Amino acid sequence: MRTLKSQGIGIIYISHKMEEIFEITDEVTVLRDGNYVGTEKTETLTMDKIINMMVGRDLEHRFPPKSNNPGDLWLEAKNITTFYEPKVKDVSIDLRKGEILGISGLVGSRRTELVEAIFGARTLEAGELLLHGEPIVNAHPEDAIKNGFALITEERRETGIYPVADIKFNSTIANINAYVSKIGLLDEKKMYIDTEMQIKNMRIKTPNQEELIRNLSGGNQQKVIIGRWLLLNPDILIMDEPTRGIDVGAKYEIYQLMLQLVNQGKSIIMVSSEMPELLGITDRIAVMSNGYLSGVVNTKDTSQEELFTLATKHL
Amino acid sequence: MENQKVKFIDRLKKRLNDRIEKVKKADAKDYKNFFINNAIFFVIFGLIIVIIVMEPTFLSSRVAINILTQSSVKLILALGVGGIIILQGTDLSLGRSVGFAAIISASFLQDLTSADKPYFNTLPEWFVNNDLLYLLLPLMLAMLVTAIFSALNGVVVSVFKVHPFLATLGSSVALYGLLQMYFESGAHGPQPIGSLSQRFSDVANYRVTILGNDFPILIFYAIIITIIMWVVWNKTRFGKNMYAVGGNPEAANISGVSVVKTTVLVYILAGLLYGLGGYLEVARIGSASSGIGTGYELDAIAACVVGGISFSGGIGKISGAVAGVLMFTIISYGMIYVGIAPFYQFIVKGVIIVAAVAVDTRKYIKKT
Repeated sequence: MRTLKSQGIGIIYISHKMEEIFEITDEVTVLRDGNYVGTEKTETLTMDKIINMMVGRDLEHRFPPKSNNPGDLWLEAKNITTFYEPKVKDVSIDLRKGEILGISGLVGSRRTELVEAIFGARTLEAGELLLHGEPIVNAHPEDAIKNGFALITEERRETGIYPVADIKFNSTIANINAYVSKIGLLDEKKMYIDTEMQIKNMRIKTPNQEELIRNLSGGNQQKVIIGRWLLLNPDILIMDEPTRGIDVGAKYEIYQLMLQLVNQGKSIIMVSSEMPELLGITDRIAVMSNGYLSGVVNTKDTSQEELFTLATKHL
Repeated sequence: MENQKVKFIDRLKKRLNDRIEKVKKADAKDYKNFFINNAIFFVIFGLIIVIIVMEPTFLSSRVAINILTQSSVKLILALGVGGIIILQGTDLSLGRSVGFAAIISASFLQDLTSADKPYFNTLPEWFVNNDLLYLLLPLMLAMLVTAIFSALNGVVVSVFKVHPFLATLGSSVALYGLLQMYFESGAHGPQPIGSLSQRFSDVANYRVTILGNDFPILIFYAIIITIIMWVVWNKTRFGKNMYAVGGNPEAANISGVSVVKTTVLVYILAGLLYGLGGYLEVARIGSASSGIGTGYELDAIAACVVGGISFSGGIGKISGAVAGVLMFTIISYGMIYVGIAPFYQFIVKGVIIVAAVAVDTRKYIKKT
């Protein structure tokens, strides 16, 4: 792009990746809800100022203050090795109650494969799971759900939403067993109430619950999916790139929600490609490199440089 | 300076006008969209009007009852294949399944006093003399056979990941072979199975008189099946899982829905309905040869598609299948009624199917 620029070609670059914007642009124009907010020279802008323009309200910080206290050991995944390519190779991680464990790594380092293996969506060649000391088997996502796991997938459109179904369906489908009444039919009223509750709790912007989910923005779709899993009241929430492709305001709400959940004693595994996000929200970070685990670090004592060094260890 | 200002204001005015024009155009487009999206219904409605104008007697209770009767079996079959279409699938073996069920039923239910009994010369007394067993056991056997074949389709599609079009194309060919094998195993070789017992014929053709009109009992079966299927599709976990697997199989898997189990169950349910449909069809017609059921899959699939059960999966309602079947029967019955040559029927039906899919696709394409 710099070459193009030096040839005198003007470039309009659309992104919500803040780092990129500061890196490459000369001038920034912010739009919000289809309206023009303003244009400023990049050098006069700070991250907070852009966020302020985007969200329309003051966000003191990009991350809510952390207040969780990780407790006892909750989940141990030992020597996880997947059967099919791309392989996860002999990865062992553990997770505490009330902890947010970040998983970092470069694209292709098989972070998604690791969490899918834990969730039972990938065939294992070796490895075992211990849930507070007891061995469990997640052979299929169904088992994982029964064992109190939830997985918010990376590819929201491919593996998350049911695009042609409405919000009610999207909210209640994973928890469908809970709505079967004594005579074997579904309790529509309970489904309606639960959906309404999720729309309110998650602050989902939608005209009503009969709206098709594909008509919502990415952030709101993500909130519906998180709400879907929260209805199951899981103990361990695995979130694969939960803030990808959604705007700063919705991101902040998701961070808030994550902290609220760990404060309630739930545990979260969060895969992310955004290092600032991992550094801002997690307690520990496990770094994957080319299918191997290259290290687990305490978030307080680490830096982007260290994470990057670990991420390239097995290349 | 003053001149520039005037120019600027003019420009603003022009822009504002442009915008108003655009909004107006968008409104007009909404109406246009409404007409295009419902074009099928308008066309069919128009056709019905034309038929009524040509032959006013078309508007009579007798015609209405005939149309309902002719729609009944088709509707039962459409409700079966409709679930498969919701799973992004299709079932080309429907017609042969129906045929097999019809042949099995007919072979057991021939009039025993008739001279021509190629399949079973004698049947046990306890079977023949008990009306319930006599009529139910062949039905259950027919449904069992079609359910097993349909379950096999479901396994091939979901476990071996064979495209439903090809999986069911193969099974339809194989089914036809088996059907003929059974058909020709009769004492006289490949002869149509006729002279079915009156008891069997009554299962479909018995008439119930309501308000001075005779309704064949077949219509009530179709209504009961429609209600049951509506409950299954909308009010059960199985129904929701079906829409989930059809809407996004990957997401369904992650949300704990077993894709294989759901798919196989949907195929089994369809198979059961094919069995029932075949049994009722042969009871209605009164005889069966190996060609019975040929092409039924196309009618059933076409009715579903015209009724808005989308091939892209996850979308479709019972009411759509009902509307689709009724529309097709009205069109073909009406065209015969006013004496239009049968080949025109095929042309009209063909155009309707393609147009329905084109309109349907248009509705779900993401507009940018």
